[in-house]
Amino acid sequence: MIENMALTESTYYILLSLVSPQHGYGIMQQAEALSNGRVRLAAGTLYGALSAMVDKGWIRQLPVEEGSRKKEYQLTEKGRSVLGNEVARLRELADNGERILGMAQEE
Amino acid sequence: MGERKTVRKWFWVWDFDKEERWLNEMALQGWVLDGVGFCTYHFKKCEPGEYAVRLEMRPHDESYIAFMEETGAEFVGRFTMWIYFRKRVEDGAFDLYSDIDSKIAHLDRIGRVLAVIGGLNLLCAFMNSVGVGTWVGVLNTICATVLMYGLGRIHGKKESLQQARQLYE
Repeated sequence: MIENMALTESTYYILLSLVSPQHGYGIMQQAEALSNGRVRLAAGTLYGALSAMVDKGWIRQLPVEEGSRKKEYQLTEKGRSVLGNEVARLRELADNGERILGMAQEE
Repeated sequence: MGERKTVRKWFWVWDFDKEERWLNEMALQGWVLDGVGFCTYHFKKCEPGEYAVRLEMRPHDESYIAFMEETGAEFVGRFTMWIYFRKRVEDGAFDLYSDIDSKIAHLDRIGRVLAVIGGLNLLCAFMNSVGVGTWVGVLNTICATVLMYGLGRIHGKKESLQQARQLYE
């Protein structure tokens, strides 16, 4: 049931940023770069989202390296399939929008 | 450098956004928050507009503070469940919440605390009205009323966010 639900924009970009391992600040920078500066994840929002995604098994926390306090995260197989489903859903949204608006212009 | 000052000021819990705005006005004037206490704000001299200040209510969580510091924010202090951060403006945009859901979750946390304290005051008011300490009971009733009013204000803020959430995320 949950697999059919839309991801939030924050969730989507966090997952995309975690295809390779990344720490919190890295995720914020990655999401901003991917969206050409449009999506700015705030730290409090990101913190809550990361723990929710770890609970769901979409991402996992990597073992903390010695001497570093920074926690790194990475996408899991489950997270990758959630992301795949979302890309298909977004494509449907965009295709329908283009098709219907395109028809309206021809009339 | 090193010049400091302390300002005593009262803000109601439901005016936390007003409090934050005031702290940022102080920073624009060259006074950045450097410590907090009961109705007390300690400032130190900074370049005008050097810092942005943010505050939020969150139960004690060291790993959250470590996470914030990792993103370039500085932990300024804590009073009860309220935590205060500052970040240099040149180090980039500084917000604690970037979507409607997490703003609503923050208001929910505040609302829950107000409800619990308000409920306890109501209970004390009831128990005192049965016993001897009548004026204590009156005091508890006043506290409970103020807290319930605060709960209403928080709920109002939450409702306008929820309305936006129906259309946006």
